[in-house]
Amino acid sequence: MELRKQETLNISPDIPDEWFTPKEKNIKQAETVVRPSLSYWKDSWHRLLKNKLAMAGLVFLVFLAVFAIFGPIISPHTVEKQTLLDQNLPPSGKYWFGTDDLGRDVFTRTAYGARISLFVGLMAALIDFVIGVTYGGIAGYKGGRVDNLMMRFVEILYGLPYLLVVILVMVVIGPGLTTIILALSITGWVGMARIVRGQVLQIKNYEFVLASKTFGTKTSRIIRKNLLPNTMGPIIVQMTLTIPSAIFAEAFLSFIGLGIQAPHASWGVMANDGLSTILSGYWWRLFFPTLFISLTMFAFNVLGDGLQDALDPKLRR
Amino acid sequence: MNTYYIKRLVSMIITLWLIITGTFFLMHSVPGSPFNEERRTNEAVQKNLEAYYNLDKPLMVQYGNYLKQLVQGDLGPSIKKSSQTVNDMLGRGFPVSFELGFYTLLVAIISGIILGVIAALRHNGFIDYLAMSIAVIGISVPNFVMATLLIQQLAVNFPIFPVATWQSPKHMVLPILALATGPMAIIARLTRSSMLEVLTQDYIKTAKAKGLSPVKIVFKHALRNALLPVVTVLGSLAASILTGTFVIEKIFAIPGMGKYFVDSINNRDYPVIMGTTIFYSAILIFMLLLVDLAYGFLDPRIKLGKKEAK
Repeated sequence: MELRKQETLNISPDIPDEWFTPKEKNIKQAETVVRPSLSYWKDSWHRLLKNKLAMAGLVFLVFLAVFAIFGPIISPHTVEKQTLLDQNLPPSGKYWFGTDDLGRDVFTRTAYGARISLFVGLMAALIDFVIGVTYGGIAGYKGGRVDNLMMRFVEILYGLPYLLVVILVMVVIGPGLTTIILALSITGWVGMARIVRGQVLQIKNYEFVLASKTFGTKTSRIIRKNLLPNTMGPIIVQMTLTIPSAIFAEAFLSFIGLGIQAPHASWGVMANDGLSTILSGYWWRLFFPTLFISLTMFAFNVLGDGLQDALDPKLRR
Repeated sequence: MNTYYIKRLVSMIITLWLIITGTFFLMHSVPGSPFNEERRTNEAVQKNLEAYYNLDKPLMVQYGNYLKQLVQGDLGPSIKKSSQTVNDMLGRGFPVSFELGFYTLLVAIISGIILGVIAALRHNGFIDYLAMSIAVIGISVPNFVMATLLIQQLAVNFPIFPVATWQSPKHMVLPILALATGPMAIIARLTRSSMLEVLTQDYIKTAKAKGLSPVKIVFKHALRNALLPVVTVLGSLAASILTGTFVIEKIFAIPGMGKYFVDSINNRDYPVIMGTTIFYSAILIFMLLLVDLAYGFLDPRIKLGKKEAK
């Protein structure tokens, strides 16, 4: 102590001694961390919050969900009710988004279309998740010949043109909501399987998996508890990108007449109906469904991009 | 090298065979005969019709016949338009669709790469944000929505371009634009991100230090390496353009394959659906092969067929 004070005095005599009291050592506090520890998920969430575009997408999706759930309820009109006297009316206090050529309320139909689109998107993502993760997880974990065989099959499916297969299946089983989801799932899970397999292949060689194995953990438990949580990031990103492609596929199918059938409403059906009136100036019939398709796709895409950045451990600060 | 191509060829043929078999049995699992729907023909006529189209034979025999025909390049007759064969339809529709698809791909690749390169060179600048906003919008707006928007704005409100059909270069502008925006956006984003990565590499610094002109650095040193990921997605982009032609041809009343395909779906003309699907798949598989070849051309380090170290 004495020695140090001497030294400081020697260096700069102008500065008073009191400034140089040594900080007391506190052994107990040395171990406490000032910044609260952030789990991977919290950290990612914070990074997502900072991404304005992704948050705008998320906000729009929440709005869309509310619109889909409550839109048809608060609307005074029903989806299928035809009021033939009110044909092709522009948006007004009575019909918020106008009416179509059968006097049906475009607002209610758009909200109903949101239900269909979101349902198709979420179901497709869910089925892809279940099949893709199971398939990819097993292939990646087993490795060797099993992996080779399973991936050969995946490669063949991957080479098939997605929408062409979907169209073919729709032709055979006939149009409808369930068949759309079924058709989308037939080849949709392939991308997910490839991603999960690649991740699992990498992670299964890490030490913590070896430690688990050494303790005699069952394979299914290792996959569930060790491997999957560590592949969750890419899986979630893949899911947010599956949803818009499924929504697009549904709109596409409905647009060419293979999807949702009248009198039900879907954005693709409405866009197709609206297209025929493009020359007669009933712009609202085309505008609202296409606006909603585009905004929804946009929201999911920017959210997916944002999640990709947020969930990437390499970008972690 | 040769073993790789042989292997590749074999797997292409297997994939194609699986597609043919799959479509054949899918189409034949549809309940009912194509003749007992609208026109109530009498028993004898129906028998004759079925005999004419070989529908009275056992399924496996029909399958064998179909394969035999296919090998000879015959895709069979149309059931709904009795005077035409599937080959006729494809022969008429394919050149048109090919034109549409080829120009679309060309426009998408060129404009996508230019957009991506400019965005990467002006990283985080105004032009970068502008280009990437265009790209996200391009990805989000489905091609049929884009088509309707273009028609509404550039053909109806401001009649610059014709509304539909496929006759002169002027007619081609709107359909190509509508179909190209999506792929263009994907290419632009990919080019940008891989350009950004490449531009930080040491050999770019070396090139700069040597005093090479920026144009030469970008085009000769950076772009060639940055294009690899772009080439990888070309196969799936070709697929999406291909399926995109269905709606675009329908919207613009273009007499291409896609229009026949959609019509045959709506008429449930099974031989036509089958024939077109197989034809489309063959094109796609061929495209994937081309992409592989382009890969080796762009990056000589990738030796096709050698076990690539990942």
